[in-house]
Amino acid sequence: MTFFGYERPDGRVGVRNYVLILPASVCASDTTRIVAQQVNGAVTFNNQQGCSQVESDQQLTMDVMAGYAANPNVYGTVVVSLGCENCQMDLVVKAIQERTNKPLKQVIIQEVGGTLKAVDIAVRYAKEMVAEASLLQKKEFPMSELIVGTECGGSDPTSGLAANPVIGEMSDRLVKDGGCSILSETTEFIGAEHILAKRAASPEVHDRILEIVRRYEKALRLVGEEVREGNPSPGNKAGGITTLEEKSLGCIHKGGHSPVMAVYDYAKQVKAKSGLVIMDTPGNDPSSVAAMAAGGAQVVVFSSGRGSPTGNPIVPVVKITGNKLTFAKMEDNIDLDASPLIYGEKTLEELGGELYELVRQVACGRQTKAEALGFTEMAIARVCNYV
Amino acid sequence: MLNAMLIDPADNVVVAIEPIAKDSPVEYDCGGETRRLTALEDITIYHKLACRDIPQGEPVVKYGQHIGSAVTDIRAGQHVHVHNVESHSTNV
Repeated sequence: MTFFGYERPDGRVGVRNYVLILPASVCASDTTRIVAQQVNGAVTFNNQQGCSQVESDQQLTMDVMAGYAANPNVYGTVVVSLGCENCQMDLVVKAIQERTNKPLKQVIIQEVGGTLKAVDIAVRYAKEMVAEASLLQKKEFPMSELIVGTECGGSDPTSGLAANPVIGEMSDRLVKDGGCSILSETTEFIGAEHILAKRAASPEVHDRILEIVRRYEKALRLVGEEVREGNPSPGNKAGGITTLEEKSLGCIHKGGHSPVMAVYDYAKQVKAKSGLVIMDTPGNDPSSVAAMAAGGAQVVVFSSGRGSPTGNPIVPVVKITGNKLTFAKMEDNIDLDASPLIYGEKTLEELGGELYELVRQVACGRQTKAEALGFTEMAIARVCNYV
Repeated sequence: MLNAMLIDPADNVVVAIEPIAKDSPVEYDCGGETRRLTALEDITIYHKLACRDIPQGEPVVKYGQHIGSAVTDIRAGQHVHVHNVESHSTNV
């Protein structure tokens, strides 16, 4: 199987061709919104971080910013900073250039003379980049060039019965074809981490899986909280999920049956063609999807029993549900109905094949429901409060 | 008509795949053989009910794994949810 995508100078392959207007901090975020509104083909997001953070917290923000700029769905990036923030322009540029050699421009609001001048310069840079990007012709690539992130949000028991097993089947097919699939959401390994650890390809990966779960629980206890406080959520429980263990056992089906080859920290660069890997992300969907996008995923597949609408600024998010009532109610938001698996109307192989084909089509440019609605919400994980 | 699903033969709960009314039959497949019991309560679609009696303190098993413990005796046919199950690690 093949798809048509955009070849980047760093050797990676994109499935979209955006120009990213990257805010280095919260103080540049309204400026990048104004810039992106002026340029058809440009995207941005609201970066709530970038300043007043302790080092480990700032590192998460830096990795998401650098990873977004390096994501192959992005042709090039215009970084906009205020000037005095902790995420200084030279640090952001260095972090991006460690990951990619794609086109990069910089605008520092305090140096160019305020908002209007910064907007003017950034809009002109962005227009030029969009014009260059529009000249690119798509080429045919094997599925092994794809990194697909997997996510579940607004879960209910059908996620574990149908949608996540179908995602797992898709993941196994991608891995078999030489690609890479990312299993995320560390909080939703809790109670199922022993099963994942048994599938580790090496003793190091086995220990890392257990370590990221313990580290997460410990981090929450340091602030006197328990991971089970908000998890399962009220919606999970109303749907019929009783405990976090039950939710986790459903969640890990997204990883299919392939061995776990590696464990990545939040938003770190994932190696392409590396099989099934885990990324240490929160159960919170927009921040988990953001981490996988920063890791280089070109497409994310997202299951939702209750019906989640969320998208992402640079990565198409494919929605799938195993709940026939949710699909009937929220068809505008959901791309694939996996409920026929529960009722014996279709097999796991059939639905896994359908999802794999849908991922291929989305990689070729097919709009997802979230893209059609223009949904670009995202979040960046935090370690602790601002300082 | 099958209206519930047993995920793993070791499970002591099944998942309602249709809304099930109190006193109505529950039918699910176990290795090609249809098993039957009676719902003792209304069961919301996709919620769990016990397919075997689960004594207080015993594990609740779904996906062949422990998902929590029964905080009270649960009879086959009863709704199994947050009111009668607690997470193993709630007070770790």
